[in-house]
Amino acid sequence: MVLVLALGDLHVPHRAADLPPKFKSMLVPGKIQHIICTGNLCIKEIHDYLKTICPDLHIARGEFDEDARYPETKILTIGQFKLGLCHGHQVIPWGDLDSLAMLQRQLDVDILVTGHTHQFTAYKHEGGVVINPGSATGAYSSINQDVNPSFVLMDIDGLRVVVYVYELIDGEVKVDKIDFKKTSTSNSAP
Amino acid sequence: MIADDDEKWLAAATAAVKQNAFYMQRAIDSNNLKDALKFSAQMLGELRTSKLSPHKYYELYIRASDELRSLEMFFRDETARGCSIAELYELVQHAGNILPRLYLLCTIGSVYIKSKDVAAKDILKDLVEMCRAVQHPLRGLFLRSYLAQVTRDKLPSIGSELEGDTETHMDALEFVLQNFTEMNKLWVRMQHQGPTREKEKREKERNELRDLVMTVGKNLHILGQLEGVDLVVYRDTVLPRILEQVVNCKDELAQCYLMDCIIQVFPDDFHLQTLDVLLGACPQLQPSVDIKTVLSGLMERLSNYAASSVEALPNFLQVDAFSKLNHAIGKVVEAQVDLPASSSVTLYLFLLKFTLHVHSDRLDYVDQVLGSCVSQLSATGKLCDDKASKQIVAFLSAPLEKFNDVVTILKLTNYPRVMEYLDHDTNKAMAIIIIQSILKNDTRIATADEVDALFELIKGLIKDFDGLTDNDEIDEEDFQEEQNSVARLVHFLYNDDPEEMPKIIFRIRKHILTGGPKRLPLTIPPLVFSALKLIRRMRGGDENPFGDDTSTPQKILQLLTETVEVLADASASELALRLYLQCAQAANDCELETVAYEFFTKAYLLYEEEISDSKAQVTALRLIIGTLQRMRVFNVENRDILTHKATGYSAKLLKKPDQCRAVYECAHLYWAEEGENLKDGERVVLCLKRAQKIADAVQKMANASRGASSTGSVSLYVELLNKYLYFLEKGNPQVTGETIQSLAELIRSETKKAESGAGTFITSTLRYMEFQRQQEDGGMSEKYQKIKMEWFE
Repeated sequence: MVLVLALGDLHVPHRAADLPPKFKSMLVPGKIQHIICTGNLCIKEIHDYLKTICPDLHIARGEFDEDARYPETKILTIGQFKLGLCHGHQVIPWGDLDSLAMLQRQLDVDILVTGHTHQFTAYKHEGGVVINPGSATGAYSSINQDVNPSFVLMDIDGLRVVVYVYELIDGEVKVDKIDFKKTSTSNSAP
Repeated sequence: MIADDDEKWLAAATAAVKQNAFYMQRAIDSNNLKDALKFSAQMLGELRTSKLSPHKYYELYIRASDELRSLEMFFRDETARGCSIAELYELVQHAGNILPRLYLLCTIGSVYIKSKDVAAKDILKDLVEMCRAVQHPLRGLFLRSYLAQVTRDKLPSIGSELEGDTETHMDALEFVLQNFTEMNKLWVRMQHQGPTREKEKREKERNELRDLVMTVGKNLHILGQLEGVDLVVYRDTVLPRILEQVVNCKDELAQCYLMDCIIQVFPDDFHLQTLDVLLGACPQLQPSVDIKTVLSGLMERLSNYAASSVEALPNFLQVDAFSKLNHAIGKVVEAQVDLPASSSVTLYLFLLKFTLHVHSDRLDYVDQVLGSCVSQLSATGKLCDDKASKQIVAFLSAPLEKFNDVVTILKLTNYPRVMEYLDHDTNKAMAIIIIQSILKNDTRIATADEVDALFELIKGLIKDFDGLTDNDEIDEEDFQEEQNSVARLVHFLYNDDPEEMPKIIFRIRKHILTGGPKRLPLTIPPLVFSALKLIRRMRGGDENPFGDDTSTPQKILQLLTETVEVLADASASELALRLYLQCAQAANDCELETVAYEFFTKAYLLYEEEISDSKAQVTALRLIIGTLQRMRVFNVENRDILTHKATGYSAKLLKKPDQCRAVYECAHLYWAEEGENLKDGERVVLCLKRAQKIADAVQKMANASRGASSTGSVSLYVELLNKYLYFLEKGNPQVTGETIQSLAELIRSETKKAESGAGTFITSTLRYMEFQRQQEDGGMSEKYQKIKMEWFE
């Protein structure tokens, strides 16, 4: 059982002062094996903070990130899964499922983690699973009118991944979960 | 030389004491009263010496008085065996010299008291008077110390078994007071003793004597434990007599020590009720007394008292403790002209803590203390003293920590005035502390005036100091952290009221714009987003017909134009471009076409004139295309102009692959989901074909240089293929099966040429195409069936 935290679009300090306290108290160091961040932190303090939660930190570059050295896309393997990471402002039209599917085919990954829309989504399509953890701070978005703070925790176990989404709605943390299963260990035709 | 002599004498005396004690003990063991008395007298004779310094005498005294304990027990046993005390009392008086005689009398006297044969009061009176016979200061002091020690457990003290009536209590009180008075007088005389040997020795002796003041102070501890010392007795008898002695001793260390004793030993409500008297004694003390220790000790005790017992609080108001303390401190500070700044601030700090504890609802008191401190500081001017700065930070932090609410702090008119006295760096540090308080406590600053007051406090962070720029002096990382704190702060300056919020935005802007080019890129973005949030809320609410000019989305957007312009001037072009695009989207949502067009114009101009780095251009262009693709507010003409420009920029990117990608992304500008008139199938295909031409050029170059990243350009074709599929699925009639087929064949032939395959992209694309073909619902599979795919690898 491998725990992967997916979050992004914090936009600190441009659009938010910090993560919600209720989230911060849940993100305890030592419990999570990997962090995947869709980008737009935007400052070093957030990078350092995330590093304290888990040293294995992967970040893709958002358009407001202060550090220009983050990569545009990143691919990593965790257990039986290949994950792809990209902020999402590069994919036109923004938030378009078909365009995202194209990116997923291009990266050839089982799970594509992407952000930019500040809207949580998790769905399966022909090419695999797309997860958008939303904005961990509930930051303002020109794309999404009504943003609640959210992040995602993935529990990867063999060929199965359980996606837990945590959303802060009206001051309470609500949890939901979705199950995905890989049919085989490769992406080739079944 | 002298030290050696001292050691020698002490050694000799100690040996003698030991020897006599040994014989005394032997006599005790064989119940030989006569011999016990004889040897004890001899032992005590050693205490008659004048040769020892005070410290050494003390050591000898400890030895001897220790041994006397077994004698005391022996006396007790003797009386139990039937020996009459009166007789014993008689017997000891036969000792030859006064000093041993008196030690023995005290010993037997204490046993006498316990027996209750005679009234304790008589014995006590007797003893305390008899001790007068020893007028030598050092010897007399220790004799009386012994008297106090040996009678201590025979007095009616709190919690002891010895009860008594008021009379007994008064007698005991009188005894202790008298002993204290006499000891103090002896001690005072020691200070002014005639010329002793050399000056050095005198100094040393004086220091040693100071330590002995503890023996005097012991009596106060005993007093504190006595039964029957209630407020009235304390106020009318005890305190005046003690204070008289304290003032008379005229030694600053002793005075400090004894005052502190009084404060620690007696109950707090006594102090409260006698505050006048206690404070009144302070000016009478030696000018060199460290008054701040005394006063701070007092205030701390009173603070804790208030904190621990709510019922006592009204008493504080009743005796007007605050003004008395404030006044007393004022007088002290006035009188001691050489008092360093850090000391006077410390005094005010303690008064402030006291006020916060006791009168936390009285902001006017708190402000008063701040004001007094300001008056004091104005005499010294700006501080360069580290210690004083630290104290001022502690001083300013105290109300912050108490109230945990910066809004309350903003009401203290003297608070900013105190901050003026900090040096630049400390001022900034204090500003950060204030901001941290807001962040930690989630404090809302909800009015424009409060915003002004707050920015006044943190102005050290907001702008350069007195026209000087910090420049090289400040660490880059520290500076960024500082400004990021200010940025975070902006999100707490907030009011739901749509009338007040625009005012807040305007005020924030006013302050931030004084920051200069280094600060603006860090502080303007949060302001912009705060304003955009406001605009969204305004759209959601009802139109206010009576609202003033500032409260329309248009006015706010106008303000934002002017604000982001400033960023562009401060050479933060990439950031400015992004913010213009954000504003354009907000204008779009408000249906303000001209405003939106204006923002796009500014963004485009920035792109053309300021953004020259290739990578930056790629990202900026992608953002432009992404934003434009979502705009619905433009009429056909405007849309065309902007789209045309964007496509133009795309074709002029430096690297060909980037060109290709940007151009095919532009295809999306001709196709929007909502509204039929936003779907221009032909233009879409034109874009894709244009992109393909660029890809062809890339392929040519790759083929020419044999094997150099030929996979890369095949990837471009695959990307294009995917784009065609996208528009095929969306129902673009201009995307035909043939178009896709020929592209697919091209990919196939290019892939064959290259050594490696096109990689997984083509595989997954083909798989996808096959998947769509197989779809049960007719529509999709129909489209895909049009594509002949015999060449499936």
